[in-house]
Amino acid sequence: MSFRATSATAIRVLNQLRRDPRTIVLLLGVPIVLVFLLNQIFADRPEVFQQIGGPLLGLFPLITMFLITSITMLRERVSGTLERLMALPLAKFDVLAGYGIAFALFAAVQATLVSIVAFGALDLHTQGPAWAVVLLAISNAILGTSLGLFVSAFARTEFQAIQFMPAFIFPQILLCGLFIDRAQMAGWLRGLSDAFPFTYAYDALHQATALGAFGGRFALDLGVTLGVTVLAIALGASTLRRRTG
Amino acid sequence: MPDSPSIVVNKLHVRRGGVVVLDEISLAVTSGRVTGLLGPSGSGKTTLMRAIVGVQIVEAGTITVLGEPAGTPPLRWKVGYMTQNPAVYGDLSVRENLRYFARILDAPAASVDEVLETVDMTAFAGRVVNRLSGGQRARVSLATALIGSPELLVLDEPTVGLDPVLRRDLWSTFNALARQGKTLLVSSHVMDEADHCHDLLLLRGGKLIATGTPAEVRARSGQQDLDEAFLALIGEKTE
Repeated sequence: MSFRATSATAIRVLNQLRRDPRTIVLLLGVPIVLVFLLNQIFADRPEVFQQIGGPLLGLFPLITMFLITSITMLRERVSGTLERLMALPLAKFDVLAGYGIAFALFAAVQATLVSIVAFGALDLHTQGPAWAVVLLAISNAILGTSLGLFVSAFARTEFQAIQFMPAFIFPQILLCGLFIDRAQMAGWLRGLSDAFPFTYAYDALHQATALGAFGGRFALDLGVTLGVTVLAIALGASTLRRRTG
Repeated sequence: MPDSPSIVVNKLHVRRGGVVVLDEISLAVTSGRVTGLLGPSGSGKTTLMRAIVGVQIVEAGTITVLGEPAGTPPLRWKVGYMTQNPAVYGDLSVRENLRYFARILDAPAASVDEVLETVDMTAFAGRVVNRLSGGQRARVSLATALIGSPELLVLDEPTVGLDPVLRRDLWSTFNALARQGKTLLVSSHVMDEADHCHDLLLLRGGKLIATGTPAEVRARSGQQDLDEAFLALIGEKTE
């Protein structure tokens, strides 16, 4: 890998985003609108918003970066640009890292903006510091990017890639502990949720926001999140082939 | 070593989806010359070019490019490749696309302006690629292959869909590059373009049916018109 090719790719990906202002507005605006909606529907029960608001801030980037990466990477694969890149002096890891860096930077902006609104305007309070939410959001964005890069290998069309959202993301959101405490789940559901990376991404946010606890469980959550990120990048790299049939 | 060939292909055999696309092909491409790879659609031109740049899975045979096995990392600096379908980012401007390739190849920023000039796209540098015509997009794709002034250029149908004036200009550019010592392998399915080349490789059904200079191909077939020559050579092979 090289700094030259990685940074070139990150700049290129950011330029592509910059050339698409509508997507930028959607990526930055939608989480804010959703957090506002959440705040409003629980207007009579503010404790619910206090409980799930923080974790949600940190999960948005995971979901959006997963979607956006799986589609942009699919485009690279089908449009022929990936084949073209593979004939150039750049390592597979440069492509993956370039995407990761670009989307992590973007996620930092996304998470900061939605946090400013939530903590500033919507009166969200958490036990842990607000910056911990932003940092976790960025690490979740990198997780989402790496998962998106990996699953893009299994889609042939953009319609298929979109379906990975309900197929791959929704079950993880349902089981991660956000809607119902994992301790109350049936054994097999709990077992499933143990196997899902979202569970750990959510729990790290839960530890930081609801409990302000940065102990062993938090370290485990963070470790699993980073481990899955590395694994997904390695698997993603193995799906980028220099030579194809 | 001006006389040593830039590309040597030995008994190259390629199958795609169970079908034989290249059938034990052997050939050499001379350095410092423009070699035309001619043949109808589906004759295996693109597959041969993909194999030479090292992105094609090959079943058997060897390919040596600039003295090294095709697809080895040092060659990625020395071989410029233009794919058949423009492989450029539609959502970026022409200049942003070229800058990306220049950054990867560690080429100076000025090289972007040079290649834009070469493909006559300077006026469109700021235009987003998706807003360009097909021919303009093809020229951007060609420009990406020229970045970093590679020793060997592998160009897959660079003149398809372009107007006659531009086509003539591009062929004279290719010849000028050859005079500077670059080697060019240029594919086309239009026989008319053969006369712009120093050497020809005629491909049909995954087999090489003739090689030589345009004059030699004419002499061998006894036909002045290269389309007729091609037909005559096919007849010769199948008899």
